[in-house]
Amino acid sequence: MEKEPASKVELSKDVAGGEIPTFDVTLKVRRYNPEVSDEAHWDEWQLTMYGTDRVLDALHKVKWEHDGSVSFRRSCAHGVCGSDAMRINGRNRLACKTLLKDLDTSKPILVEPIKGLPVEKDLIVDMEPFFQSYREIMPFLISKGHEPAKERLQSAEERDRYDDTTKCILCAACTSSCPVFWTDGQYFGPAAIVNAHRFIFDSRDDAGDMRLEILNDKEGVWRCRTTFNCSEACPRGIQVTKAISEVKQAILTRKV
Amino acid sequence: MATPIIETPRSGRVAPGYSRSSTSRSNFEMIAWLFMRISGAILVVLIFVHLYVNLVAGDGISGIDFGFVAGKWASPFWQIWDLTMLWLAMLHGTNGIRVIINDYADKNSTRMWLKGVLYTATVVIVVLGTLVIFTFDPCPVINGVAHVADYCPTP
Repeated sequence: MEKEPASKVELSKDVAGGEIPTFDVTLKVRRYNPEVSDEAHWDEWQLTMYGTDRVLDALHKVKWEHDGSVSFRRSCAHGVCGSDAMRINGRNRLACKTLLKDLDTSKPILVEPIKGLPVEKDLIVDMEPFFQSYREIMPFLISKGHEPAKERLQSAEERDRYDDTTKCILCAACTSSCPVFWTDGQYFGPAAIVNAHRFIFDSRDDAGDMRLEILNDKEGVWRCRTTFNCSEACPRGIQVTKAISEVKQAILTRKV
Repeated sequence: MATPIIETPRSGRVAPGYSRSSTSRSNFEMIAWLFMRISGAILVVLIFVHLYVNLVAGDGISGIDFGFVAGKWASPFWQIWDLTMLWLAMLHGTNGIRVIINDYADKNSTRMWLKGVLYTATVVIVVLGTLVIFTFDPCPVINGVAHVADYCPTP
């Protein structure tokens, strides 16, 4: 088999930088296949990887060169689609945004499916409960009155109000890092609240009250214990806990 | 042989145990959340003044005895102070434990049992504590004999 180039970008000889360092890593992946066994187990591979490689490249190397049955989701592989959220060394990360050189390569790198959602196979989980909560908060513009003839205008300040929460890519890293969600999966979860926040604080939207009413549920914002796991897990750097607090504040000021 | 039916992806099927069975249309959780913040702030003041008065002011810890407590509860100010502290601390603590039970018990029957024990304990302590604060008699006289303290007037 022909060796993969270290980088898709071919550098000319006179460009400084030189050889990309290589190192050996042990990749431990939590395997689960309900057609074979009800028990999950760990598989381990020794890989020689490059300094520019991410965890996703290591998974690709395993799938393409060692064991084709390893299953995981990935689409864009560049941190935009949110398909490859997984637990890497106990932290929820996107495999395509986590460089191997940033991890402790002296120990095996542990890769598990995200917690709290039913595992279907290997690193693939059933995302339907996650999307169900997302659908319930009505993540679309609802406006009253007549449709304007031109675009709905908004000032820079009004746009800034919810800018942070527009960044969500629905990877479920936050919701599946939340210990309250782990208990029974009833909590709406940080992602649903973040996406509600994006419309509640949008000046063009008129259904903020309806969304606040939905999140005033016993499984809504009040189950948040501000453990900050979600903010730490978010690959887009959204201040998730802050957004949840703002929604709490909005419910309080509307009710009290 | 019949072909197995494979569900369309994203057909809206949610794994059992994840769908929210009931939606609550009450503000209870919001009020509980608000109560925790307000009572917490008040309790900081109540408890630290309580600790200072009991353990630091005057003779310090050596001044604490039955007579000291009796003296405090002779004044309506400390009666109200201790009553507020008792109620706020008990409700604050009970709600805290209630929330922890909700977070850690994953079966509704376990939750119900644990909360049953919790609420019983709370009611007993709050009722007993309130009763003691208001009916406290430092010089009980039983069968014409004065008990407990030597500062009590002779009958």
